[in-house]
Amino acid sequence: MTAAVFFGCTFIAFGPAISLFLFTIAREPLRVIFLIAGAFFWLVSLLLASLVWFISVQISNKESASQQKGLLIFGVVLSVLLQETFPAFHEVFKCFFCFFVLVSGLGFGFMSGAFSVVNILADSVGPGTVGIHGDSQHYFLSSAFMTMAIILLHMFWGVIFFDGCEKRRWFVVAAVVVSHLVVSCLTFQNPQYVSSLVPTYIIMLSMGIWAFYTAGGSLRNLKLCLTCKDKDFLLANHRPR
Amino acid sequence: MENNAEDVENSMEQQQANTAPEPGQQPQEPPATRARSRGGSGAGAADGGGGDGGGGNGTGPEQNGQPPTARPARVVDAEEEEDEEMTLKYGAKHVIMLFVPVTLCMVVVVATIKSVSFYTRNDGQRLIYTPFPEETDTVAQRAVNSILNATIMITVIIVMTLVLVLLYKYRCYKVIQGWLFLSSLLLLFFFSFIYLKEVFKTYNVAMDCITLAIVVWNFGVVGMICIHWKGPLRLQQAYLIMISALMALVFIKYLPEWTAWLILAVISVYDLLAVLCPKGPLRILVETAQERNEPIFPALIYSSTMVWLVNMADTDRPKRNSAEAGSVQQPTQESAVESPAPSSPSQDDGGFTSSWVSQQQHRLGPLQSTEETRREIQQMPSARPPVEDDDEERGVKLGLGDFIFYSMLVGKASATASGDWNTTLACFVAILIGLCLTLLLLAIFRKALPALPISIFFGLVFYFATDNLVRPFMDQLALHQFYI
Repeated sequence: MTAAVFFGCTFIAFGPAISLFLFTIAREPLRVIFLIAGAFFWLVSLLLASLVWFISVQISNKESASQQKGLLIFGVVLSVLLQETFPAFHEVFKCFFCFFVLVSGLGFGFMSGAFSVVNILADSVGPGTVGIHGDSQHYFLSSAFMTMAIILLHMFWGVIFFDGCEKRRWFVVAAVVVSHLVVSCLTFQNPQYVSSLVPTYIIMLSMGIWAFYTAGGSLRNLKLCLTCKDKDFLLANHRPR
Repeated sequence: MENNAEDVENSMEQQQANTAPEPGQQPQEPPATRARSRGGSGAGAADGGGGDGGGGNGTGPEQNGQPPTARPARVVDAEEEEDEEMTLKYGAKHVIMLFVPVTLCMVVVVATIKSVSFYTRNDGQRLIYTPFPEETDTVAQRAVNSILNATIMITVIIVMTLVLVLLYKYRCYKVIQGWLFLSSLLLLFFFSFIYLKEVFKTYNVAMDCITLAIVVWNFGVVGMICIHWKGPLRLQQAYLIMISALMALVFIKYLPEWTAWLILAVISVYDLLAVLCPKGPLRILVETAQERNEPIFPALIYSSTMVWLVNMADTDRPKRNSAEAGSVQQPTQESAVESPAPSSPSQDDGGFTSSWVSQQQHRLGPLQSTEETRREIQQMPSARPPVEDDDEERGVKLGLGDFIFYSMLVGKASATASGDWNTTLACFVAILIGLCLTLLLLAIFRKALPALPISIFFGLVFYFATDNLVRPFMDQLALHQFYI
């Protein structure tokens, strides 16, 4: 565990998110505010879920490890559901700009990723041996990859969820919630990283493609963008009214 | 160090007192400035920007001395919508102009706390204002001691504020100026020397006295020049951020834990009362300054742009006193901030005589920015000649006391929370959101509002909630590598 591990894992986890931030958000002050607002709402949902979990732990049998694990799983599911209710409040801001969905989804993702991985990164700078007690040696790396996937997923979910809300397509909304739950439940299989990371990435790619088409992208736009003829293709179809 | 701490405390206390009135004074800022700031600071800053924007700042009133031209044609919806959009963007720009320095200050404080153990080490020293120890046998005793400490501290702050109001009322400007000067001297030389010393100790860097003396001397002198006279804007902003961070670090080191949290809470309440109550000292200060139509002493207020002399014309910056008092070193009071920026010679002479200019010049330099976000912005009764509005030039101001208390909260969170980074992050986001909301309220109400309460309230709630509820949950999740 060295600075190399620290920097490597940090860039893996936050690289795409930070580059997204720098290229699309950093220049517009309003977007930065929405990013922070998204982070704030995620934090509030986490707080509520932790409160429920904490209370349930206090009234449960602390000795039983399986019960504790069960409660933890319950806590995870609850927090996922709570997280999905918060974007609904964003209806309020609909009137302003549509891109804020992307931004607040990224805010959600940033906060979620940060809370999951920052302490781990801080530990990775110090001395120690990973997996000395027989645990997996890829703890840091897998955490970093998982975090990256989660951050991008939050952003895609935000876009799709919002579009579903706007067009009143409830199956879309349900699909987002279900896929979030699936991804969280996949992590229950850690440390068998193959079975948790690979499906997560598959889900992330499919969500990404779905979000791309939802936001109005198409193969043509993609080609134009890649040949630098059409900037901001994702945002081009979202104009403030 | 004890003595020093005490001395520092003394000056800090004085500062505090000074700052307290500041908020009151803020409103006194030049109407033009205020109008602008009002507009600018909140989301609605329409007035400068293009006449009344959606926020309708412009229209206001007469009192703000808004240029009569600020009257948008509301008739057309599309135009209105676009105005709203512009207003929102303009307001967002000003919010970001405050987010960046606040974030920088917090980053400096957290980085120092995490690396230099001096500021988290309990050396057994206390400030004279917090004489009761917190290492007691029982929890009840500790609670009582911390309440007593907080009471003493807030009493000192109130007394200082009243002293400042009196000094201002009886026109003892020299005293106040000298006070501020001494405070910033202490901060720039002595505290930064200690900071450097501790950093060198932490990284085991050998440094000879001569080099150190040259470095500290240059740092201090340039700082004094930039803050009290003129200097490049970025340099001045950097110095203000640095001294806020230094002050916050001093508070983090010398205030025992429970006392610190209590003081934060009580100061927010005090800020609220002092600014909004009709008989609040700050409000009185502001009103006095308004009556006299005097300029205020340049306070240590962070400003994001240079102010034009034109703005200074109308107002009188009577409030300087408070603002200044507060700002220097004061970590205390939320530093009303305002000080509409004194003298910045900047671009435009506006026909001011050189004597007036030189009088202004010895006040703060380029601090000004036309808006003070210190919420003290009040309606200015005088009508002002329309000032050139230039959206880009208008800036925003925030008192150094705000910086100091925000950084103190985040620094304390990172020093004492066992959840470490999660708690720090949560407090950081909470404070930024509080600042955003405060600026929004400012744009809506368009009158002086205190800056501390909302942010500190959110910060405290998130600190205790994250440390006690979220941390165990996240620890368990990280242990099993569950993701939510």
